[in-house]
Order: sequence, then C-alpha cells, then structure tokens
Amino acid sequence: MKTDKILLSNIEYLAGYTISKHLGLVQGSTVRAKHIGRDLMAGLKNIVGGELAGYTELLNESRQEAIDRMATQALAIGANAIINVRFSTANIAAGAAEILAYGTAVVLERKE
Amino acid sequence: MEDLIGIGFLLILLAGAYLIGTVGEKRHYSSIRKREARLSNILIFNEKMPPTIYAKHEFALVGGSVVMSSDYFRQTIASLKKLVGGRLTSFESMMDRGRREAILRMKEEAERIGAKVIFNIRIETCMLTKNQGGGGERGLACAELFAYGTALRAHGASLQNNA
Repeated sequence: MKTDKILLSNIEYLAGYTISKHLGLVQGSTVRAKHIGRDLMAGLKNIVGGELAGYTELLNESRQEAIDRMATQALAIGANAIINVRFSTANIAAGAAEILAYGTAVVLERKE
Repeated sequence: MEDLIGIGFLLILLAGAYLIGTVGEKRHYSSIRKREARLSNILIFNEKMPPTIYAKHEFALVGGSVVMSSDYFRQTIASLKKLVGGRLTSFESMMDRGRREAILRMKEEAERIGAKVIFNIRIETCMLTKNQGGGGERGLACAELFAYGTALRAHGASLQNNA
C-alpha cells in the first residue's frame, strides 16, 4: 500500500518536525456505487435499523482508495508526508458516492 | 379482505421492526458503553496544535466510520412527527450511536498502532439517501458518520499508517 511509504496528518504544523519544502495540493478521489446485492441487503437491514455494514465497508474501501491515490500523487512529486489532510464526501447520484481526500504535500524532516 | 391482509402485513412489519430495532439499539448502546470505558485511556482532542510535550512523537492519520440507519417503525413515527415538528428522538438516537461508534473505531485504530492520544479530531456526516430531495416513502434514512484525527505516539517501533 502506498500509505505505508508516506506520513499523513490532518494537522498543519507538527511540533518536532520541520517542513523543508512545500509541494502544493495533492488530491485523490473515487466514485463508487454499491452493487445491487448490497443495495438489497441494506434495504432489508434498514427495516430493522442499526449499522449497515455493507455501506460502511464500501465507504471505507473508497476512502482508502482516495487516500492511496492522493499518496501516489504526493510520492510522484517527491513528498514524504501529506499534512492538513481533509476528507469530503458527496452523494452525487442515487446509490453512488464520491469520496475526496486532499492535503498539502511536503517534505518533512525530524528536528534533532 | 385484501385490504385487511395488507394492513395486517404492515402492522406485523412495524411491530417486528420496532422489536428488533429496540433490542438492537439496547445491545449497541451497551457495547458502546463497554468499549468507551475500555478505551477511555486514549485521550482525544479537537485542538489543532498538540502541546510541545508531544514534539518527539510520531504521528499517523486514524479514522473510523459507520453507516447507521433507523428502523422502519421509527422512520414511520418520525415522518408523522414531522407534521407537528419538534424533536425527532428516533433520529437523535441514530446519529448519537453512529457518532460514538465512529469515534470508538477511530480510537481502536489508534490503539492498534499504539497511540495514546489523538489530536485535531474532525467529525463528518454524510446523508446517504436513496431519494435525493424527494423525501418520498422509499427514502432510506441513513447517514455516514466519519471521525478522523492525528494520532500521536511515543517514538518507538516503525511507524505505520492504517487510516
């Protein structure tokens, strides 16, 4: 996984680290739809309420993919960390969701 | 006769949804309370800047999400309640459970990587409804709750990101 090679944080200033280079905004997004079986199961589960595990899993997968894409972009421009990461989700059509992850790619160095 | 069968079926559906929904809710709350007690040693803050005592710590993005829905009975009650307005208790419970669950999952992830503190927590909500703006009968009342933050842990083993 790409995310093993890069540091991620949603804090923009990290004590103990110095930013030696700002490389700008990186982003990754994915639009996913659940398949009809999952949709059907979620519809049934919705009668009794509670967690809709199928959707949770779907959104987790999508979020991981968005992060991976963002990480790929950051690694390509030579960053070793992404700071100030933000997430945003949009329900663009019935049954499809877009997950967007964005942040600032930087070269981070640990202060001695 | 057919109408009676229809009404009977609807009543059974409502009663079943109510029973299973209530049991599920109780079970979920007791599980939430148990895990909240267990994970209370992991401190969470929504402050942006960690104090300088954490300067030597390693960091990683952690997050937890859950998609929650309300049962058919409570949705029906809520749609009736909408006529007079006021508190929709059934949806309050759904959102509360979802949010606490999301925070717990985030804490569990922090625990897995050995972090004791999470800073800059943000909670996002996204409605996932089938009918966009229609608000019709078939609309699923469900929402995704997502909590994320930066976990800090003392300098030690190799850093990993599991967000």
